[in-house]
Amino acid sequence: MIDKIVASLAAAVADVHDGATVMIGGFGPAGQPAELIDALIDQGARDLTIVNNNAGNGEVGLAALLKARRVRKVICSFPRQTDSYVFDALYRSGEVELELVPQGNLAERIRAAGAGIGGFFTPTGHGTLLAEGKETRVIDGRAYVLEYPIRADFALIKALAGDRWGNLIYRKTGRNFGPIMAMAAKCAIAQVQRTVSLGELDPEAIITPGIFVQRVVAVNATRADSGDHQAVA
Amino acid sequence: MNRRSRDQIAARVARDIPEGAYVNLGIGLPTLVANHLPREREVFLHSENGLLGMGPAPAPGEEDPDLINAGKQPVTLLTGGAYFHHADSFAMMRGGHLDICVLGAFQVSATGDLANWHTGGPDAIPAVGGAMDLAIGARKVFVMMEHLTKGGESKIVERCSYPLTGIGCVHRIYTDLAVIDVTPRGLQVIDVADGLGFDELQRLTGVRLLAVSESVVA
Repeated sequence: MIDKIVASLAAAVADVHDGATVMIGGFGPAGQPAELIDALIDQGARDLTIVNNNAGNGEVGLAALLKARRVRKVICSFPRQTDSYVFDALYRSGEVELELVPQGNLAERIRAAGAGIGGFFTPTGHGTLLAEGKETRVIDGRAYVLEYPIRADFALIKALAGDRWGNLIYRKTGRNFGPIMAMAAKCAIAQVQRTVSLGELDPEAIITPGIFVQRVVAVNATRADSGDHQAVA
Repeated sequence: MNRRSRDQIAARVARDIPEGAYVNLGIGLPTLVANHLPREREVFLHSENGLLGMGPAPAPGEEDPDLINAGKQPVTLLTGGAYFHHADSFAMMRGGHLDICVLGAFQVSATGDLANWHTGGPDAIPAVGGAMDLAIGARKVFVMMEHLTKGGESKIVERCSYPLTGIGCVHRIYTDLAVIDVTPRGLQVIDVADGLGFDELQRLTGVRLLAVSESVVA
């Protein structure tokens, strides 16, 4: 029987290796897999490259991972926030490298990795500092910049519910980067508010099909799958 | 002269947003526009973190940490609204599906170049977010800003001195002094604040403007 549900947060991140590229879902606090990040801090992997939209808030979640000095490089679109002081200090002292990517290019580069695309031409950023040194091409009279996919060893994402095949649904704007990061990582780990039985998720409404997900872990340990459901109306 | 207040500029922008438009309001000043869209006019507000049909701020105590806008403020979803992931959200922009986006700016050039993401200062930590995607993505890009810097310099310039967000992407500029279109013929004044003459506007702007009387459209 296939069961992608793992027993604990610690088990879910046990094999994250030093030097790994780790995508972390979330747009600010919405969709941020805070418990998985805490587990990664406890696990101890270092020299990580982190892909996220931001670079941490306050001293929790991604900011706590940065503060623990586990991160070598951040790939993101918007590091500077009113409460990003942990990142700001590490960046200014040269302890963390930053690759700044326009938000839509970040999303599309992640999607491209998951979709097996080798690169794509995008109009976003053309003629700006963020396209300096990049290949450009004029297509049908419009200028584009060549961008490459961003792949990851692991993705840590947050979803509302998942089943033992790894099918996921999300909650409101917490969805943000979850579906595309799951596609782009060799090992996608989803923390969910609750695990559900096979069949409980409406097949018409599943957002991330289980093929993109390797591990599911319930955060509040509310595993409620005594048996697989036959059908859902 | 009566400078337009921030709310008056927002109301002026709202006049140009028709029913049925798909619209992204950038962070800061542009968010005020939502307050001036008449209730009976159906306009679809897009927020790049992944929602269409964005509603107003929730009542105190009703905030949901999973329901926020691009500025990370709590919002609501209108009946009929939808959530989607980031690649779809930016496809809506880059793919030309948004009718209008309204952005703030540091500077706009005479040819519609936009600078609004980075001051280029040596100690500034660069952050771009969705600014570059919005600048090139929407069918029409409206800029909303003060006409002058705090030091009295024109923010409408011959060439931007700040790092660019997009090239030739701005269609219309709304300031506390005037509404100005970026056209192939130059910067065409559409209307001016009450009590402000064209000569005075021209003197403050420092880039050649075309007066309302020079408009090709009667």
